[in-house]
Amino acid sequence: MDTLYIISTGAIVAITCGVLGCYLILKKMAMVGDAISHAVLPGIVIAFLLSGSRDSVTMLLGAGILGVLTTFLIEFFHTKGSLQSDASIGVTFTWLFALGVILISMYAGDVDLDQDCVLHGEIAYVPLDLWILPNGSIMGPRTLYISGFVLILVLLFVIIGYKELYITTFDPAFASAIGISTVLWHYLLMGAVSLTTVASFESVGAILVVSLLIAPPATAYLLTENFKKMLWLTAFTGMLVSILGYYLAVWIDGSIAGAMSSVAGLFFLLALIFSPSEGIIAKKLRQQKLQPNNS
Amino acid sequence: MIVNVENPVLEIHDLTVTYSRKPVLWGVDLTLPKGSLVGIIGPNGAGKSTLIKAAMDLIPKSSGWVEIFGEDLKKVRKKISYVPQRESVDWDFPASVRDVVVMGRYADIGLFKRPRKADYEAADYALKQVKLSEFSNRQISQLSGGQQQRVFLARALAQQADLYFMDEPFAGVDAATEKAIINILKQMSEQGKTVVVVHHDLQTVTKYFDWLVQLNTRLVASGPIEQVFTQELLQETYGGKLTLLSDVSTLMHTQQLPVRDKT
Amino acid sequence: MEDFITFFSFQDPNIRYVVAGSILIAVSSAIVGCFTFLKKKALVGDAVAHSVLPGICLSFILTGTKNPIYIIIGAFVTGWISLILIDYITRFSKIKEDTAIGLILSVFFGIGVLLLTMIQHNGNASQTGLDSFLFGKAAALVGYDLLIFSIISIILLLAVILFFKEFTLISFDENFAKSIGFPVKRLELVLTTLTVLAVVTGIQAVGVVLMAAMLITPSAAAKFWTNKLNIMLILAAVFAAFSSISGAFISFTSPSMPTGPWIVMVISIIALTSFFFAPRHGILYNIIKQRSIKKRILHENILKLFYQLGERENDFNASRSIDNILEKRTIKLGALKPGLRHLTKQGFLSKNKNFWTLTTEGKTKGQRIVKLHRLWEVYLTKYLRIAPDHVHEDADNIEHFLTPELEKRLENLLNYPESDPHSSAIPYDQITS
Repeated sequence: MDTLYIISTGAIVAITCGVLGCYLILKKMAMVGDAISHAVLPGIVIAFLLSGSRDSVTMLLGAGILGVLTTFLIEFFHTKGSLQSDASIGVTFTWLFALGVILISMYAGDVDLDQDCVLHGEIAYVPLDLWILPNGSIMGPRTLYISGFVLILVLLFVIIGYKELYITTFDPAFASAIGISTVLWHYLLMGAVSLTTVASFESVGAILVVSLLIAPPATAYLLTENFKKMLWLTAFTGMLVSILGYYLAVWIDGSIAGAMSSVAGLFFLLALIFSPSEGIIAKKLRQQKLQPNNS
Repeated sequence: MIVNVENPVLEIHDLTVTYSRKPVLWGVDLTLPKGSLVGIIGPNGAGKSTLIKAAMDLIPKSSGWVEIFGEDLKKVRKKISYVPQRESVDWDFPASVRDVVVMGRYADIGLFKRPRKADYEAADYALKQVKLSEFSNRQISQLSGGQQQRVFLARALAQQADLYFMDEPFAGVDAATEKAIINILKQMSEQGKTVVVVHHDLQTVTKYFDWLVQLNTRLVASGPIEQVFTQELLQETYGGKLTLLSDVSTLMHTQQLPVRDKT
Repeated sequence: MEDFITFFSFQDPNIRYVVAGSILIAVSSAIVGCFTFLKKKALVGDAVAHSVLPGICLSFILTGTKNPIYIIIGAFVTGWISLILIDYITRFSKIKEDTAIGLILSVFFGIGVLLLTMIQHNGNASQTGLDSFLFGKAAALVGYDLLIFSIISIILLLAVILFFKEFTLISFDENFAKSIGFPVKRLELVLTTLTVLAVVTGIQAVGVVLMAAMLITPSAAAKFWTNKLNIMLILAAVFAAFSSISGAFISFTSPSMPTGPWIVMVISIIALTSFFFAPRHGILYNIIKQRSIKKRILHENILKLFYQLGERENDFNASRSIDNILEKRTIKLGALKPGLRHLTKQGFLSKNKNFWTLTTEGKTKGQRIVKLHRLWEVYLTKYLRIAPDHVHEDADNIEHFLTPELEKRLENLLNYPESDPHSSAIPYDQITS
């Protein structure tokens, strides 16, 4: 049962991240996703200190707002401070992440968070933290519910806003020209990414969220040229990553989150080599066909 | 030589656009007649794309206003379409030709709703017009440059707008495609639609357009082609910048001076 | 306070070495980072930093020791592999650079975490102290380790000095460097190698997660103070040294505090301060400057009003009340009153009870603005073909910015026209040069 809880939590987190990651990589904003996932840390710690627990909505909201603020800050330094965008990203997220780690050390006694948790989460402990109703009935792991809730939110978001997200990602200039606000959808997307990183934080930590945001979508991107298929493939890859990652971790006795991102990386590598349309082998074969007798 | 018209489709008044406070368009006053096929020409960096982007409110204006069909832009957005430069999007994007063309219907479909059968029919009809019907399900990454440009044109056609802005639709397309595109544009203009095209090939200007706008940071000429396509005006457009004006704009950029004093 | 004195007297040789070592490390990262920054490769540095973790763990697993030389070799190898992979992926697939960087960064780090936890679960993690690579532990840097890392830092610094000219050129204008026959490819290789080395040493101070800050933040801060590269390098070095001393001090006074994040915090505060307050480029500086421009415009507008009123009534020496002024043009009272006070103090106006009169200086200045306004209107109609009824607003603005040099050129270009497009006479000085 514990195994099932861990794997399903992992799969839910991977699917949520992956779906949003598809938009991030197509918008060429993968590194902004990376920055957000680091920068929500102080938000999590502060919300923790204020509310005294992990499972409050305050925490999701507080850290979510900080995530959006990060995007705003990056934008602000870039436009108002004329700082080049890569440096703007780098400066902003390292600063906020450092702040988060310092806060954790300062309030080590009050905060049930440690540096290990920050780095690779505690998905192995998911089954230990159960949601118990006042009448005493055990509902299952709390984290599972939180990530499930965020998954539903994210799915609703991409289903309802499918058309708008699609067009603002592909051609923002055309979208604005016909009256679809690129700024609004951009910040909604960044808000969703922030919410997801916060919800995934406990399971996989601040940094490995990034691999779930980027690797499955990048894998799917190499395998298909149809956006809807890309979303499905990403979700499917995310599930596989969770299952295989869990067993890899058990096998070599290491962090589950670390194993999940290693597996995600492996899938990408396989797609890079064997993808029927984009893979290295396919491309080589096509080249040889084009020039059959090269002598 | 600036010719103004009564009841213009597009009226631009005192338009100044700056990039980091350096004016790239300065005090443009312009009216365009309905149903005309308008070419915008000028040297590189003259502000051609900037002009149409500012007209559609895609970039902020430092001064001035724009009226389309005699109304504020917000009210008439649905009647305007835009064909951006081909390189402005990533053609590796996972989308089929039909997916992109249906985007032209998005403004009409409205928020949260999905495209319906009629929208797909409109898209298919637009694809037929640009002769890409058999490519409908093709991935956009597999298209040639000319085909990509026609996909963009089809998307604009699917929108069934009344005013079209096109940013270099002939850039990097083969001669056959160019001919096909200009024929479509001429048909549109015969149907009373106004088409504004950023163009860079002086050879074809008289063949293609009936109204010409010449830009070089400032507006040099705007009027019927036979009146403004003159050696003298072309020389003024392409004969370099006004040194005093460009020195003043450099000063505004280096000293970060505001374009309008709002006290 | 006692801590402060013990620390900064540097009596304790241990403190002396640790401080010297961590300064060297921070400075060399910052200086190499300047070039990474200028080449807009800041995030690539981040990717390398995360990617050295599996190398460190692997070399520990393979050799069983924590000898810095093996660790450096392991880190160096995986750091380089990550760069090659990023380059390969962006070049040979449709994946874009940002995705490739994020992917390699997170996957390599994931592999590193997997290996690290594996080592920890095998029981000897505490002896290895490998987790100090995550957030850095400059204070623990002693003896042999310190020596090795200091030597690498010195090599880095020497290499930058040696290749200063070449690096400058390839950072600013690669194509030009190519055209004059520089071996750009090979120089890039050297610079990349230095970056990887800087990361490998820098993680001793701040750890892999925050290493990007040591490369990017000092140069980003320095960039706000200067446009000259050599000054930028020196400033970045000073900022880095200062933050590294602060970090060492903090970890000396409270050992439970993570050194790396504190170093990053200090350098970030320096950077944020620079963003807001640095002269010329700072955000606040610009706001203040915009306000002072606004004020100048207001003052000139008041003088212009006095002049125009004088022109209308053909009496420049008349005393005028606030109502007289507002009659011609509405200016907010809150701005007008201090404006009048300022102009009186500067000697452009003289005040008598609630009436103000133009002084000779004031009249000259007002007249100049009016002249520039009208000249610019002539220019706009003549050269920009703008309709006479559309030129006023632009002239209302430009009149304040034209320098005496531009003024001269404008007069000569237009050949001293008599009147503006609205047939108002253009007032020139009586004594024309």
